[in-house]
Amino acid sequence: MTDQSDLSALMRLARQGDDEAYRRLLGHASVWLRNVVRRGLTLAGRSTADTEDVVQETLLAMHLKRETWDETQTLEPWLRAIARHKLTDYLRRRGLHDHVDIDDCMDAPEMAVGADSSTAMDTRRLLAELPVRQRRIVEEISLEGRRAADVAVRLGMSEGAVRVSLHRALKTLAIAFRRD
Amino acid sequence: MKTENLVAALVADNGSGRRWTGRMLPAALALGGAVSLCLFIVDLGVRDDIAQAVVTWRFDLKVVLVLLALALAFGLCRALSVPVIAGSAIRRLLPLGALFVFAVTIELIATPSALWASRLVGSNSLICLTSIPMLALAPLAAILLALRSGAPASPALAGAAAGLLAAAAGAALYAFHCFDDSPLFVATWYVLATIPVVAVGALAGRRLLRW
Repeated sequence: MTDQSDLSALMRLARQGDDEAYRRLLGHASVWLRNVVRRGLTLAGRSTADTEDVVQETLLAMHLKRETWDETQTLEPWLRAIARHKLTDYLRRRGLHDHVDIDDCMDAPEMAVGADSSTAMDTRRLLAELPVRQRRIVEEISLEGRRAADVAVRLGMSEGAVRVSLHRALKTLAIAFRRD
Repeated sequence: MKTENLVAALVADNGSGRRWTGRMLPAALALGGAVSLCLFIVDLGVRDDIAQAVVTWRFDLKVVLVLLALALAFGLCRALSVPVIAGSAIRRLLPLGALFVFAVTIELIATPSALWASRLVGSNSLICLTSIPMLALAPLAAILLALRSGAPASPALAGAAAGLLAAAAGAALYAFHCFDDSPLFVATWYVLATIPVVAVGALAGRRLLRW
């Protein structure tokens, strides 16, 4: 994994509202996760076609549960724990109840993998199941790259309402993943 | 959807975070405890001889036992509510185990052996077995609800800890109604009454505490 102290520092900054630091942190985490998930799926004898979906599901969990990180520890063990939990959960949902030694894939050498251009198909499908307004808000912010304030104007809502709706949409998406 | 798009949405949602210090746990315990307190007053009530009881060492030791259980179970619950578990869970409960052993030993020394059996069986074991779980119900519901904001490494274990905390809360109330103060009674029946609550907590946790 990239320099540990960097990630912890980035998360600390993110907690104080530094969006750019949070973006960088999630970027680093995506790269690391992609590696780990790919190895984990391979070790479990599964195809790696679903890698990006598992990566996104894990990032979502990281985001929604980021308050559970103990600041007095480094970020890495917390990240590992979440990745382990989500990968195990994913495999269990697909019927694989054998205990896969997730820790094997955690120590994979860091490969120089850049941003992946593959599309997570499950995420796209699950997003389509969101209530219309929530889906629109997520799409405008994520795909169109619009700011919450702009989306608010476009949809005739207050910015606060847009933020609340975005948060709810992400929570609903997480639940949808679990049921998939 | 590309991951960079999802990241954009997550960053836009950055402001929604708050610190998890199990901050909702005390409130949940208080709320559930308040409901159980009402139940306690209506259904059981404080024992009539409470003024005489509080000066006896057995009663005082009983209160210390349930309060220690409450404190340790609370810490355990909070520790198990996050993805990274710091330290062994069992070790947290060791002081309680030690105190139980100490209390039982003192009782065996202080009481003639002919009385051991009757002290253990007591007079209200059935009421104890039903009352503690009943008084633990509202706290359990509230605690599980509070734990849903966490991310427990093992949802079942976190649920079990919730059951332990809820049972301790129920026991803390019941102790003020119960006439059987002997550590032999407490070590047997209070502990037995805790088991179904822990089991229900674990089963419920498995479902409700997934994340």
